[in-house]
This record gives sequence, C-alpha cells and structure tokens, in this order.
Amino acid sequence: MPELLDPRAIGTDLARRDGAAKVCGTATYAFETPVERPAFAHIVQATVPLGRITAVDTSAVDALDGVLAVLTAGNAERLAWTDDRELAVLQDDEVAFRGQPVGVVIAETSELARQAADLLRFTYDEREHDSELTVDHPGLYKPDKVNAGFPTDTAEGDVAGAMATAHATVEQTYATAMYHNNPLEPHATTALWDAEAEVPLTLWDSTQGVHPARSTVAKIFGLERERIRVVCPYVGGGFGSKGTPHANLVLAAMAARALPGRPVRLALTRQQMFFLAGYRTPTIQRMQVAADRTGRLQAIAIDVVEQTSRIKEFAEQTGVPTRMMYASPSRRTTHRVAALDVPVPSWMRAPGECPGMFGPEVALDELAEALEMDPVELRIRNEPEKDPESGKPWSSRNLVACLREGAERFGWADRPPAGHRDGDWLVGTGVASSVYPTYRQASSTATVRFEAGRYAVEIGAADLGTGAWTVLPQIAADALDVPVDDVEVRIGDTRYPRASVAGGSSGTNTWGSAIVVAAGAFRDKFGGDPADGDEVSGDVDQAERDSDHAAYAFGAQFTEVRVHADTGELRVPRLYGVFAAGRIVNPRTARSQLIGGMTMGLSMALHENSVWDPRVGQVVNHDLAEYHISVNADVADVQAHWIDEHDPWVNVMGSKGIGEIGITGTAAAVVNAVHRATGIRVRDLPVTLDKVLAGLP
Amino acid sequence: MDAEISLTVDGVPRRLTVDTRTTLLDALRERLGNPSPKKGCDHGQCGACTVLLDGDRALSCLALAVAHDGAEITTADGLAAGGELHPVQQAFIDRDAFQCGYCTPGQICSAVGLLDEVRRGWPSSATPDLGAAPDLSHAEVAERMSGNLCRCAAYVNIVPAVQQAGGAGGSGRGTGR
Amino acid sequence: MKPFSYARPADVAEAVRTVATEPGAVFLGGGTNLVDHLKLGVARPELVVDVRRLTSRAVVDLEDGGLRIGAAVTNAELAADRRVRERYPVLAQALLSGATGQLRNMATTGGNPLQRTRCVYFQDVTTACNKREPGSGCTAVGGSTRNHAILGTPGVLPDPTAAETCIATHPSDMAVALAALDALVHVQGPAGERLVPFPELHRLPDDDPSRDTVLEHGELITAIDLPPLAAGARSAYRKVRDRASYAFALVSVAAVVPGDGEIRLALGGVAHKPWRARRAEEILRGAPLTEHAVRGAMEAELTAAQPQPGVDGGNGFKIPLVQRTVVATVRDLALEA
Repeated sequence: MPELLDPRAIGTDLARRDGAAKVCGTATYAFETPVERPAFAHIVQATVPLGRITAVDTSAVDALDGVLAVLTAGNAERLAWTDDRELAVLQDDEVAFRGQPVGVVIAETSELARQAADLLRFTYDEREHDSELTVDHPGLYKPDKVNAGFPTDTAEGDVAGAMATAHATVEQTYATAMYHNNPLEPHATTALWDAEAEVPLTLWDSTQGVHPARSTVAKIFGLERERIRVVCPYVGGGFGSKGTPHANLVLAAMAARALPGRPVRLALTRQQMFFLAGYRTPTIQRMQVAADRTGRLQAIAIDVVEQTSRIKEFAEQTGVPTRMMYASPSRRTTHRVAALDVPVPSWMRAPGECPGMFGPEVALDELAEALEMDPVELRIRNEPEKDPESGKPWSSRNLVACLREGAERFGWADRPPAGHRDGDWLVGTGVASSVYPTYRQASSTATVRFEAGRYAVEIGAADLGTGAWTVLPQIAADALDVPVDDVEVRIGDTRYPRASVAGGSSGTNTWGSAIVVAAGAFRDKFGGDPADGDEVSGDVDQAERDSDHAAYAFGAQFTEVRVHADTGELRVPRLYGVFAAGRIVNPRTARSQLIGGMTMGLSMALHENSVWDPRVGQVVNHDLAEYHISVNADVADVQAHWIDEHDPWVNVMGSKGIGEIGITGTAAAVVNAVHRATGIRVRDLPVTLDKVLAGLP
Repeated sequence: MDAEISLTVDGVPRRLTVDTRTTLLDALRERLGNPSPKKGCDHGQCGACTVLLDGDRALSCLALAVAHDGAEITTADGLAAGGELHPVQQAFIDRDAFQCGYCTPGQICSAVGLLDEVRRGWPSSATPDLGAAPDLSHAEVAERMSGNLCRCAAYVNIVPAVQQAGGAGGSGRGTGR
Repeated sequence: MKPFSYARPADVAEAVRTVATEPGAVFLGGGTNLVDHLKLGVARPELVVDVRRLTSRAVVDLEDGGLRIGAAVTNAELAADRRVRERYPVLAQALLSGATGQLRNMATTGGNPLQRTRCVYFQDVTTACNKREPGSGCTAVGGSTRNHAILGTPGVLPDPTAAETCIATHPSDMAVALAALDALVHVQGPAGERLVPFPELHRLPDDDPSRDTVLEHGELITAIDLPPLAAGARSAYRKVRDRASYAFALVSVAAVVPGDGEIRLALGGVAHKPWRARRAEEILRGAPLTEHAVRGAMEAELTAAQPQPGVDGGNGFKIPLVQRTVVATVRDLALEA
C-alpha cells in the first residue's frame, strides 16, 4: 500500500493567497490585461436558425470612422484545421444554428465596434430547422461512446424480468432542463499578433487550461505551439464552459492577426454566452427500479435521451452513475442522442453525474415510499461491496458513513411527518446521495527551482476560484518539507510547464502529483541545501498510479424545504452535505467549493432553466434577469462537512477532488423534500411554484 | 458623439473624453484603466459593476458617464486607502466570501453601501417591522446583498463577512459620503 | 448602440420643449431601463435629454394630509421615508420588493412607472414584436408565456400576426401600489401641466401595443401625489416570484383598505398595465372581508382571464395563483386590524 505525504501544510486553513488582489479588484482578468492602445472586437451572430448567407452588406460600416476591420466568411483567413465545426468560424456561408458567429468587427472603441456590428447586414437563404428535443425524436441515435470515453450502453441480468416479478417497482420518466454555466466573468480574450516576435501570438484568455487552449489554437491556425503564448492568472469562474476553447477565442486570434501589432480585446456579451459558450443538454431519463420486500434492489435501469448539435457531437454521460452507485443483480444503462440545429453543448460542472444523479435519486425516494421504508436506510441496504461495473474493490467508499453522519447532523430521525405545517409553510425533508469519480490526468509537469532563498514552483495550471494559488503551495511545502511561506507557486501561463485542464475535479490530484514528483527529484538531486538557480522538473506520469481500485468520492445531502401554503413559493432553509472525498488539502477553500457546488445544485433545483423556443430556435431567456440563478436571499443555512477518509490508492496527497461532487444529488434531495411537504412529485426540473399549486391546502 | 467630463475616481480628479454612449463602467474600465468594477452582464442584472456613486451603491453599467459629469466614484480598489484593506475587504478574506473573485469588488462596494443604508435606518423587504430600525440579521443582509450574483455561490460566507464588518467598529469607515 | 446627442436642459420647461420638438428625443431619468434598452437596440433615440436633476428630489406634506413625491426622488429614498412607511406601507413594500439596493438608489419616482415590459421577445430585436416594432407581429403568443398577461388580452389564442396583438405585462411593483392608492400624476407637457389619475396612466394594448401609457411624446412626469388615507386605513403589497429576491413578479397584489367599507385591489404581473380589480372591489363594497367573500369576488374578477399556452408550460397557473394571493393578502390585512 502506498504511503501518503506527511501532512503539515496540507490540512491547514490557509487564507487565499490571491485574496487581497481579489477584494480590491486589482487581480486582472483576461479583458483587463494592461496593453497599449487596445482595439475592441464585437461578434456578429446569425439571426436564422439554419441556412446559408447569400449576401453581406458592409456599406454602412465602411462609412464609419474608427472601424479597423470587418471579418466575415468572405475575407477571413482560411484556417489550417476545420474538423471541429464549432471552432471553424467564418470559413463558409453555412449557418448551423441561430446565434452562430457570422462576422466580427474591430474598432477603436467598444461603443463603435458594437455600433458597427449592428450595422452589418446579412441576407440569408433560410431552411427549415429542427431544434426540439423529444423523447421519441426520429433522429435519435446511439453515439459510439459518451463523454469522457464511457461506453454508450451497458446491460447485465434481466431487468424486464425483475420489473415483472419484484415486490415493489418504480417506472417513471424524469427530466432535467437545459442549463447554462454562466460564470460571472464572460468569456474574454485580449489578443496580440506580432509576426516579427519570437512568440508572435499572445492570448490573454479566460480559460481553465492555458496549455490545452494553446494546443487547440496552434492546430487551428497551423502554428507551432511554441509560437503561441496563452496567459491566464485569474479566471472569473468557468464551471466547464472555459474548459475547451469556444468560437470567441478563435475569433479573437483572427482579429489580432488581421491587425498586426495592435492588441485586440474581445468579450462575449452575457446574451452571446447563451449561444456560444456551451451548455448542459436537457435530459429525459426513463427509470426502472425494482426491489424485494427488504428493499434490496433487483433491477435498476436508466434510458437517457439528450441532444447534441448537428455540427459537433457532445453526448453527456448521464447514465454513468447508475452503473456503480448501488448493488443490483440486473442493470441497464443507455444513451440516445438527437443531433439538432442548436448551439454546441459541452461540459458543465459534473457532466454526467449532475443530471445523472437526479432521476435515480428521485426514483429511489419513490421506491422507499412504495416500500414504506426510510430512504436513508434504503440506500444503506444497497451498498455494493465492490464496484458493480468493473468488479474492482473500492479505493475507499464511505457513502454509508456520509448518510449516517448527515442524518445525525440534520436531525433526520426526528424529522416532521409528511405534510407537516408550520404557520404559513408546509415543511418537508429530503435526502439524496452524491458521487463523483476521482480522476487524475495523464500529463502535467512541474518545475521546482531554488530562487533567492525560496522555492519557486512553476506549472501551467489554472485557478478558477478553486484555490489552486493557495493549495498547490501547501502541497509543495509538504513535498519539499519546508514552511509554506517559503514556496511561491506560479501558474496560468504557457511559459510554465505543461499542465492539464482544470476539469473533472482533477486539478489538485494531477498538478499536486506532478509537484510532489518534482519536489522529490529536487531533493534527490540537490539535497536539503540547494544553490540558487538549482532546478528540476517532474511529471505526473512518474507518480505512482493505481489501477486495481475503483476510486470515487461520495456524499449525502439532506435538505429541508418549505412551501408556502398560499402561494407555493419554495424556500430551502437548510441544506447539509457530508462528503467523503479523501484528504482535504485546505478546509477553507474546500468548504467553499463544496458549498458552492451544493448551492449551484439548489439553484438547479429551484430556478435554472434555459427556455428553448423551438419556433425561433434559441434560448429566449438569454440574460441574467430571466435565466435565474440563486441569489443571496435564496440561500440560508448551507453546510458542508466531511469525514476523515484515508485513501492511499488515489494519489500521494490522498485527495479525491471536490469541485463537482457538491452539485450532484442536490436537486433530487430538494424534489424529495417537496414531495414530503406537499405530496406532489415533481419529476421535471426546475421545481417552480406552479408545479406544486395542486398540492396546497 | 464625444463629450469631455470630470470624475473623481477613488479620490483622484480625472478629466476624460467619453462617447455619449459610454457607461461609467466602460469609462472606468476602458478609458481610465481601472479594472476594479467588473462587467458581468452589462444590463443591471448581476451587480458585478457596483461602485459607490456620490456615496451610494449604484450600477455603473446602467449609468451614462456623460450624465454623471462631476461625480465622485469609489471602487473597491479605492476602499483600500493607502494599502490598508477596508474592514469589509478584510472580512471577505477572513470568511472566504469569494472564490473566483470576479463578482467580489461589486460585492464589497455593495456591502459598504448596505452598511451605510442600515446605519441610516433604511428598511428592506426583509425588515419585519417597517417602523423599526433594521438590524444585520441573516435575512436582512441576504436580502440586501441579493443584487450581487455570485456564481461560485459564496453567499453563506458573504453574509457573515458583512455582519462581521458591520459589527463593533467594523462599519466605522466612511464611504466618502 | 446607435450614436445619440446628449442634452441637459436648465429646467423642466426647456426639457419638455426640447423633447416635444424632436421626434427622436427621449427623457433620461435614473437610466436603469433606458440604458438597458439603448444597449439592446430596443431604444434608438437621436437625442437623450437628461432630466434627473430638474425635478424635485423631495417628499412634501400636502395640506389635505397626502404627500407629494418629486419625480427625482429615488425608489430607495421613497421607501425609507418615514411618512411613506407609516401611512402607505403598500408603497414602501412594493418599492422594497422591486429590483435591488443598487437599482433602487438609481431608479426614480418619475421613471419607475414608465419602465417597459420584460417580455423576452420585446427585448430581443431579432424577433418580431408589435410593441417594439409596430405591425411586425407578436412572437410571444405560443412562445415563452410564463410571465405574460392573463387579463386584458385579446382572446384565447391571439393572432400572432395581427398588428394589435400583445400579451406583455407591466413589470413595475411601484406602479401596482400607486394604482391601488389612486395616486395622481403631475404631467408637464408642451401645453402646460395636467393631472392623470394613476389607474389611468397605463393602457391596454388595444390597437397600439407600442404605447404603454397615455402620455404624449414630450410629456414628463414631474411629481406624484398620494391622496390622504384615514387613520386606521390599512394596506399591504404581496409579491410572488420565482426567486426570493431580485425577480420580477409572477403575480403581485396591492391591497388598500381605507376604512370606509371599501377595498381597493390592484394586481401586478397579470396585464399590460397595473390591473385594478374593479369588479372584485365592487362585489366586496360594504361586505365583510371574509376569505369566502374575497375568493368569490376574485372568481368574478377572473372570469375574463385567458391563460396562454406556451413552450414553457404557459401561464394558466397565474389564475389560481393570483386568486390565492389576493385571498391571503386580504386575510393578513384583516388579521392586522
């Protein structure tokens, strides 16, 4: 069994190193990068959902002073790689979805760029579009695999037989809405092209990974990676939407290349983010669960229907958690996807697990009701000894401990009866499980250098608010066996060694492992008394890697929901989560991430819903007044706790990743509580007051 | 169409030329190089651009710069006078009341404005008795901070941070009013 | 955004003259709605006339016991005014339930009632909208209608291609309270001053959805009077929305019980204008305000209500919701007595 790093700085409650810069607003985000004489670019979007551009009229723009360039398919540079049709912008006259970029205008000021963008006139030959996802859409197909490389379908045992003969069964269809990531910082880039320079293209971009972004841009423009620098010290949130480059980055680079020597700033508007920055597909989940008299599952099945865009496949792995969460002799998971004339879906916090822990966790609640069994007990009773999918033992699995501790903290045993009324409010309680796989990326490199009496650690990682600026020094300090104040970590720049994307809750696991390897190599080479300038690198692929165990973080969420007896207004006064996520590197930043995920789950449960109008072919509530995310007043007592979990198999820090698990299961816990309060089972998110009116006195 | 205006930004008088269309937010960010107020939505729907405008919290994205010629503006950067953090800023660090930091300067300005409003006895929709002086209960602070979206969802840390700053000695710092 | 000229006249008279003589001119108050619309391309003025500092920023007592609110008084100042909090709680509550602290510091008494609908199609210049572009049609019908009108609409499924079709709602909370208070609006126009009873300020779409109010181009609200309420009068505002704060009303109710056997009810979120429930008021005149009576009166009021189907599930829920909300609001007011 591998040994974990001896924790000294790890586990301490260190305040954020970037705190002062952030509370003053002096931390510079991509659009704000100080540059000389920036020009401003604005994207022009297609106003038809499907068709072909037949004419472009730039005459009104040509008459404007201060417009520096107008790029359309007619004059934009030809890209070297166009296989990714989301990124192959301005390459032809085709419009594949409403809101697709059809031009970009660059001008001396942002006001002028936007005015000119409004004045460009496009004529379209519009074709009939198909943009509405339905459970029986004729175009549903079976993708070769689903996101993160998982198999599309799995099956074992006899689900139909169990459904026919089991003591209790639930067969219901659940639906999650379309969601938009909506980080507070819009996707933005400051770009500079200087053909004479050694590194001609510099992109200060808001990204979850400077190195992956650089690789993509290099491919698209046919440039060597070394001729591009991507810089991103701070990211104003991403939640997956800045994990892969979107069209805005390509357009920013194109705009800069059209104006050599002149820095160009390009930001998406909030409205444009609903077309161009990815989103979570709506899902339709047909669930079947069957159990014997004692609550032991005899079958569990999920058949998922979801969408992707016609020009690029992204198949969310919604059915994946059903493959491993509970023990059952028979099991089926399937994914079917419709390719529609819609914007390109992509990663959003816990792709797969987030929607995929909705239907199953509500279905289990319905099963508990049918069995007249405590839903906590039902989950405990179906604890698998080993991973049902791979047959491997768990690296560690403490779902039961989370359920028990959560029940204790919440006061579950003394919860009020169904339909309980407290003054004007109906009160209900609900529970659901959480899960997220423990990932470590295959490649990342860190450099350790001794500089002026301190240790500089360089790695091209990203901090999207996750705390990497603070947490990586803690890991480095323990790996080097020095106080954390003696370590300076530098991230967010391709000048630092290659690092993986901040995604899949893998950042700390991956970059931390690389840092530990580098620190070990440094001590091996230079001992405890290095000379100034001594330097060594280490790769994550030199770190021990276990493949004999199934590694996941688990959790349990408990919620109290109040429904106003007159109006159906919903409030969540309490939301408690208990997690088992390995060793927690920094309790302060970890708690914030877990609470943040849970609150986003609460927001998904009660508010979030990108309303698709299939006649127009777009999300119509495309701003933050109409696309509701939870505000401060929606959030009351949200608590995140964790149990001490020692997992030697995941990595040398013993950490499992905490960025995504918080959002999984939350919406189910809320729906389950609403049912207990009102008797109404809401199976399609969000739970809004109109859906519970029928259950009010 | 251009216009020349004067603004006092974080205590420093500035003269600048703006387009009549330029908002205070863009004047600060794009013309004066002050990145502290953030652009999150540009339509008054997120609060990231909140500054103190002539002492009161306001959304700089919905204010035309030309209409505020002569105004005094304090950004989060200006609250940290002489490099010393404002008690609200220190409380945000102490309580880890942010993650990505993008909404944070707006949250900070909003909190400073809020504490001033409570001190003046202004009610909110969470005030149980419109006739009584409001306090800094969780419900009061949460309601009053609801104009500042935080997608990282630090809300449950923001409320105690504001309460901490508004506590004994915490709200003593002026806002330029 | 289209370029525009900016003017800051010396007084109201000059401002009114300037706008009245320039068809492409608009007044700028707090800017919270206009600047939003400038960016969206919904408003495309040639000239913006700044009146923020021209009208009174004071709330003064009137001899009859009422209050006069200057048009430049901000929503925040008005809600904090002790006289408003004590004598017109319906107004203070409505103001405080609207928008956010920052917006209430900017929005003005003259501007708030004139804010325009939040219909998503009105705000998106790439879709047809009779209010924004007369004659272009109404994309809302059959679309996202959750926030749309159930009263004063032209029928079960209005013709989306007809020039008069509009199912938008008025978004102001303050206006709903002012309608229930029978406030009086001081309007300065090129021909002088006139008084408009608040319930008559806003209009139904009728044959011209582009007009929200009865104000003519160039007319400016300079003040709003609150008529006196007898001691012992009670009033309350109840707003129901999807978030706990910072959201427009799904429905709202302003209820005023002046104490003379009458009740005045105005509904928000249900029509193109703040909707005075005249029929319900009539039925309840002189009657004890029991839950049963109020429910019955609201049933009568809502017989003409038309739910709109929609891609988001439609707005039929507003019919039971507004009824339940009125019943609860009046019940709570009665308990207060």
